[in-house]
Amino acid sequence: MVENTQVQVDEHGHQEHPVSLYLKIWVLLFILSGFSYMVDFMHLEGLLRWSLILLFMFLKAGLIISVFMHMMWERMALICAILIPPLALTLFIGIMAIESNYTFFSRLMFFTGS
Amino acid sequence: MQNKKTLEPPQGISGFVADWSGDKEAFHVPWGKAMMWIFLLSDTFVFSCFLIGYMVVRMSAVEPWPNTSEVFALEIGGQHIPMVLIAIMTFILITSSGTMAMAVNYGYRKDKTKAAILMLITALLGLSFVGMQAFEWSKLISEGVRPWENPFGAVQFGSVFFMVTGFHGLHVSIGVIYLFTVAIKILKGHYEKSGNYEIVEITGLYWHFVDLVWVFIFALFYLW
Repeated sequence: MVENTQVQVDEHGHQEHPVSLYLKIWVLLFILSGFSYMVDFMHLEGLLRWSLILLFMFLKAGLIISVFMHMMWERMALICAILIPPLALTLFIGIMAIESNYTFFSRLMFFTGS
Repeated sequence: MQNKKTLEPPQGISGFVADWSGDKEAFHVPWGKAMMWIFLLSDTFVFSCFLIGYMVVRMSAVEPWPNTSEVFALEIGGQHIPMVLIAIMTFILITSSGTMAMAVNYGYRKDKTKAAILMLITALLGLSFVGMQAFEWSKLISEGVRPWENPFGAVQFGSVFFMVTGFHGLHVSIGVIYLFTVAIKILKGHYEKSGNYEIVEITGLYWHFVDLVWVFIFALFYLW
């Protein structure tokens, strides 16, 4: 078992990163969260607000997955197995967005008495 | 894994093909780690369904949605600060993810004391997060927010708020118990004989996932 572990660590390689790497990512996540907070604080509206919120969200998520969860050092087989299935959700989100717009307009038309 | 590897395994896309077409294991990682990843993938779908459900009720609500920035504002020292509690909770969770990442790093180095202490710090930060969430919930409940009504606008706000943050809070609470359990086992020398500290990385994957979900809840629930 001990030998096995040794092999694994070497194979998946380079899992021993300097602590400073994690500290850098940590600071970066703080800054990105601060930016997200500023978007609300400065009362940005419309497309600008949306694109900034989503940009900071995906940057933070990417940093956590790739560095903290070590995804960037995994083999392609695992990366694909974990990251490709959630892509199907984008289709789901799209369908549900269309559906909720339809529900919204139906409600406006039939239930709000206007 | 039994064979002594004399050649470097192929990397990248050809590595993907070689691993998935192999007649044995596809994922050349410890089984515990593979299972945690598969569990997290399933959990991703559960959280996604909740967040998509939130999007649907919000986009189809005829009444105006409450202004979350004001709903979650606090009066501190006479000052009215919007979203201050959520900001603190976010920073605490990011910090706990940082301490967890360092615990994993010391796990690889088999520095068990440092790994266990960093995990305990992570658990305590998680505990403070749950405490603040309890405070947030009780404040909203005292203001009359219920799963079926709220004084701020669309009724759907109450149900979605309690469901999404409650399910995330449950994950944090389970994570705190998990972290305490593993940290204490490490300190007791449970993994001494095998010298195998993979459990630290597996626990870390769970904890980072909890932080990851919060990133989405923070952006979609509190900032939208």
